[in-house]
Amino acid sequence: MSLSPTRSLALCLSASLLTLPLQAGAADGEAIIQQGGSNPAAMPCMSCHGTDGKGMAAGGFPRLAGLPEAYIAKQLADFKAGRRENPLMQPIAQALGDAEVAAVARAYAAKPKVNVKVGPVERPKEGSGAWLALRGAWDRNIPECTLCHGPSGVGVGDAFPPLAGQSAEYIEAQLRAWRGTPAQPAGKKARAVAAVAPTRSNDPNGLMRHIAADLSEAEIKAVAAYFAGLGESTEPFDESQHRLR
Amino acid sequence: MKMTLRCLSVVLLPLVTTSALAADAVRNPRLDDQTQLPKAPVRPAGQTYFQPPAEADIPHNAFGDLVRRGQDLFMNTRALAPQYVGNDMNCVNCHIDRGRKANSGPMWAAYPMYPAYRKKNNKVNTFVERMQGCFQFSMNGKPPAADSEVMTALTAYAYWMSTGIHLGKAQPGRGFNEPPPPKGGYDIARGKAVYDKQCALCHGDDGTGKKVGATSVFPPLWGKDSYNWGAGMHRINTAAGFIQHNMPLGRGRTLSDQEAWDVAAYVNSHERPQDPRLVNGDIDETRKRYHADDGVNLYGVVVDGRKLGQGVQ
Ligand code: HEC
Ligand code: HEC
Ligand code: HEC
Ligand code: HEC
Repeated sequence: MSLSPTRSLALCLSASLLTLPLQAGAADGEAIIQQGGSNPAAMPCMSCHGTDGKGMAAGGFPRLAGLPEAYIAKQLADFKAGRRENPLMQPIAQALGDAEVAAVARAYAAKPKVNVKVGPVERPKEGSGAWLALRGAWDRNIPECTLCHGPSGVGVGDAFPPLAGQSAEYIEAQLRAWRGTPAQPAGKKARAVAAVAPTRSNDPNGLMRHIAADLSEAEIKAVAAYFAGLGESTEPFDESQHRLR
Repeated sequence: MKMTLRCLSVVLLPLVTTSALAADAVRNPRLDDQTQLPKAPVRPAGQTYFQPPAEADIPHNAFGDLVRRGQDLFMNTRALAPQYVGNDMNCVNCHIDRGRKANSGPMWAAYPMYPAYRKKNNKVNTFVERMQGCFQFSMNGKPPAADSEVMTALTAYAYWMSTGIHLGKAQPGRGFNEPPPPKGGYDIARGKAVYDKQCALCHGDDGTGKKVGATSVFPPLWGKDSYNWGAGMHRINTAAGFIQHNMPLGRGRTLSDQEAWDVAAYVNSHERPQDPRLVNGDIDETRKRYHADDGVNLYGVVVDGRKLGQGVQ
């Protein structure tokens, strides 16, 4: 792959260029998404994250379109540093230069955010995925997910990513990554299973890990299905309207 | 870890007194009902707090509809009753888990304690007046009339939540279970360090919170859209209790007494809407009448060369 003049310049002058409002950066980001980074190990993002950036449920590849720029950049840094472990994504993150990370984060953040239809107040059933999402489990100090991930799970600011728009497979995988799995002793039929240490430990101030650690396997499945089931709406939402709790 | 800082010079700890107020007679009775709650009894070892009924048990009839309306108003006060709310807050912001969580001013512990007789001024405060107080101060708004639809629904909700509770008996978990004032007092600068590390991510560097569109998600802690200078939360001791039990969100009971007081002092050393009881437009007079004896607070106190209590609009 040959480098365009703007791209090689961007790579040389990464730090200073970062602060410029450059259209070249946006173009760069799109090129990385479609063709990969300058290091061939940084494969084209869209081959896994989808041509539209909305992810691919079957592979557990998350949606990146419309995620906050700072959140995407932070995740790539966390993959590089090993605070978030994943055999597919870590080598890719490690192959991206700082300017490439900034450009691709900006390009994905500029794509459409997930749009969730807003209905009347929901009346969740106790013990359901909707209950955890909208009421939490305060007896275990678990706030309702929507209190941090935003009403309808649309995300809040730079630090709290949307859960709406992600697949159940991906949400489950992240909750298990924070939780790890405890060791299981050998039974009559089953062999002993060794404990799996958590592979994600990048949540600021430990806000997310204790929640994942305290959820049962059934709860993980139920709450993941709830957010995945919110789907995506094509009707525009009037932002001056309130989203009800 | 508990800090033991003895340096009293860096510390502001106004004395807590209980003397009666001379000005009581001229006061509007409704406006004085954000006074401190009595200390709740300690929960006996091995016992759980009172368990309010499950949401699924709200009956499907006209009464149940009123209870559900009350719960909706409690959680979405700003959106559903905007005419009574002057800031970006909802009741649930301070009364966590829909007003059910112990040590977060739960409604089930409040409802059975009213009408409350107050020896201090020989007056009786009703439950509705207490809620009107939270509208006036915590919500910086205009309290709905006692017989309004909004008050009726909120009362029905609290009544339903108290199903099976012992009437007139103070419950463990009532109020905010304030930690005792730290030995060496509190320190605002140390509080800022706690805030920057543990709170700013959600409530913002400038304390204004975070919204999604029109909807407030992380509520403001100071500034024009927060509780006003007359609200119970403006007392450092009360805020320390709330914060220690409930914040950082989902990680309650991780701050030491010292950290809770320090960060509560930092939060409450910022400007917020004026106390609606402002006397003759004068902060000092207002402090004397309403704040000097009201727990530990910084209204009318000079901090960093600036007198607090100016108010913001
Ligand atoms: C071979 C497939 C593959 C390719 C190519 C790929 N990714 Fe990923 N990506 C993944 C997987 C799998 C995950 C989920 C990892 C996990 O479970 O922690 C992921 C996760 C992410 C996340 C975290 C999202 C979140 O919501 O936290 C970001 C950001 C990301 N990838 C960026 C990129 C970028 C940028 C590129 C292109 C340079 C790229 N990926 C290319 C497979 C891929
Ligand atoms: C106290 C705040 C808080 C609450 C409550 C909370 N989360 Fe999170 N969650 C976070 C933060 C912060 C992150 C981002 C961590 C990071 O920077 O990588 C996160 C990330 C996640 C992610 C990964 C998203 C991605 O794109 O990779 C999932 C999945 C998730 N949370 C699920 C949940 C579920 C399900 C609940 C409710 C049971 C919940 N969260 C409640 C704070 C919270
Ligand atoms: C800014 C935080 C805040 C908000 C918002 C708030 N309150 Fe309060 N509430 C308090 C504090 C503080 C107290 C008094 C506790 C004390 O004095 O120790 C209190 C006390 C009460 C009490 C009396 C509790 C008892 O045990 O006697 C009731 C009832 C009440 N609030 C209802 C409401 C209602 C209804 C709303 C919404 C209209 C509301 N509150 C909004 C902070 C708040
Ligand atoms: C993960 C996000 C998060 C963090 C971190 C956090 N809060 Fe909060 N805080 C909230 C939310 C959400 C509410 C409202 C709860 C509700 O509505 O159910 C709240 C409510 C409050 C309130 C009462 C409402 C108001 O606006 O006055 C105070 C006071 C407060 N927080 C102080 C703090 C302090 C001090 C810290 C740091 C020690 C902190 N919070 C950390 C999310 C957070």
